[in-house]
Amino acid sequence: MVPVAIGIPAQAAAAVQPPADVTESAEVAVSLTINGRLHTLSLDPRTTLLDLLREHLDLTGTKKGCDQGQCGACTILIGGRRINSCLTFAAMYDGAQITTIEGLAANGTLHPLQQAFIDHDAFQCGYCTSGQICSAVGLIAEDRAKNADQIRELMSGNICRCGAYTNIVAAIKQVMGRS
Amino acid sequence: MINFQYARADDVADAVRLIGRNPNAKFIAGGTNLIDLMKMDVERPTTVIDITRLPLEQVEGMPGGGLRVGALVRNTDLAYHPLVEQHYPVLASAIMSGASQQLRNMASTGGNLLQRTRCHYFYDTATGCNKREPGSGCSAVGGHNRMNAILGTSDTCIAVHPSDMCVAMAILEAKVHVSGASGDRVIAFADFHRLPGETPQRDTNLNAGEIVTAVELPPQGFAKNYTYLKIRDRLSYAFALVSVAVGLELDGDIIKEGRFALGGVAHKPWRDPKAEAALRGQPANAATFARAADVLLRDAKGYGRNTFKIELARRGIARALTQAARGTPQSQSSKKVI
Repeated sequence: MVPVAIGIPAQAAAAVQPPADVTESAEVAVSLTINGRLHTLSLDPRTTLLDLLREHLDLTGTKKGCDQGQCGACTILIGGRRINSCLTFAAMYDGAQITTIEGLAANGTLHPLQQAFIDHDAFQCGYCTSGQICSAVGLIAEDRAKNADQIRELMSGNICRCGAYTNIVAAIKQVMGRS
Repeated sequence: MINFQYARADDVADAVRLIGRNPNAKFIAGGTNLIDLMKMDVERPTTVIDITRLPLEQVEGMPGGGLRVGALVRNTDLAYHPLVEQHYPVLASAIMSGASQQLRNMASTGGNLLQRTRCHYFYDTATGCNKREPGSGCSAVGGHNRMNAILGTSDTCIAVHPSDMCVAMAILEAKVHVSGASGDRVIAFADFHRLPGETPQRDTNLNAGEIVTAVELPPQGFAKNYTYLKIRDRLSYAFALVSVAVGLELDGDIIKEGRFALGGVAHKPWRDPKAEAALRGQPANAATFARAADVLLRDAKGYGRNTFKIELARRGIARALTQAARGTPQSQSSKKVI
């Protein structure tokens, strides 16, 4: 499909040919379990997990920040491990178990990390927060961070433009102390 | 990003067969570099072959010592593997100094070897770059080259290889196992990555249609006297300006065997046999370390904005050799350099 550009006469627009190396890509069948619910979809192979969540499934809690793996706003959990959903093709994760920020609360009760972020005022604008919380869930599951230095290092993939880092570390420490 | 056909390989033979069909096909594993480059239109594969289902996810001890690391072992799984932590701590440390935990959870061992440079001009399709488009010129020479190379450069390219993992693998003298249509072969680590020369578009000596299947680590892991010192613009989640991997074997105060390699300074992890010869049989002290650094940097050349790297490398080498000799390797969480 060639988009018709505004301001270009119809004949000229129709004459625009895609480059020779652009082919129509076949859609790919994908089944994913997201927050416990099975989704079966047919997708353009270019669809990232991030765009699938936000644009196809209306799960907009996962945020698009840089869209190139540098900010961590799109962090989700696959099989319990934290990853950047912007740097994935959804087709590669056929059969995967995915958890997003929407899947953390259970029966109307916030996940302990969600509550800890509120307790410690660990955000200002909140844009990075869902990625921070998913990343922290992964961090605690990894069981490698034992002190504040290690929390900071292993959370460095989540950038907070407001600079709420001190309170983010405090929130994570609170939950680590309990588990 | 241009459209592409998605294909999934079932085993290594299937992957080799699929890539042989289309010269514009690319394998994808972690995707942390390829997808980024596809979004920027730097990489434009017309077929993407998903190799994540291949059975290459094992880390296996080898008879007589040594380790065989499957090409799909994720960076975190490699760094946290008990045999790596115990016998190859320099490799664990180097891996943990790179990227973020999210990226390390995705990135594969083979993909880390094959990642492309982060030179600004390689990414910027509005500028000339001989690596991206042969013959279009090098915009980094005379441009914003703070992150670029000081060793092994050519007039056509001053890009650096961005990996930390590979710098440690260079001193461990890893071997890269590959498969292709004409069979399997093993490439010594020093021969895997290339210098830019007149063909900067070729990062490695992997042939078209070949796939990396494993990396083999020889038994010598330098688990007692090692370090990975990475110097960068911020303390975490940044590429190296200069990094130094060191492995020493000491007999009292005397260096029996000493290896060191630099990251962030060349088109490949930079090792120099002459510089290592300057360590062998010498006392492990500041004078020896300074001499070895001078030898390694004898042909270093700055390009203006990156000229500071020569002195930074000199001091980084001395510091890293000191850390290794003392048995006090650089911590990757406490950032204090001692």
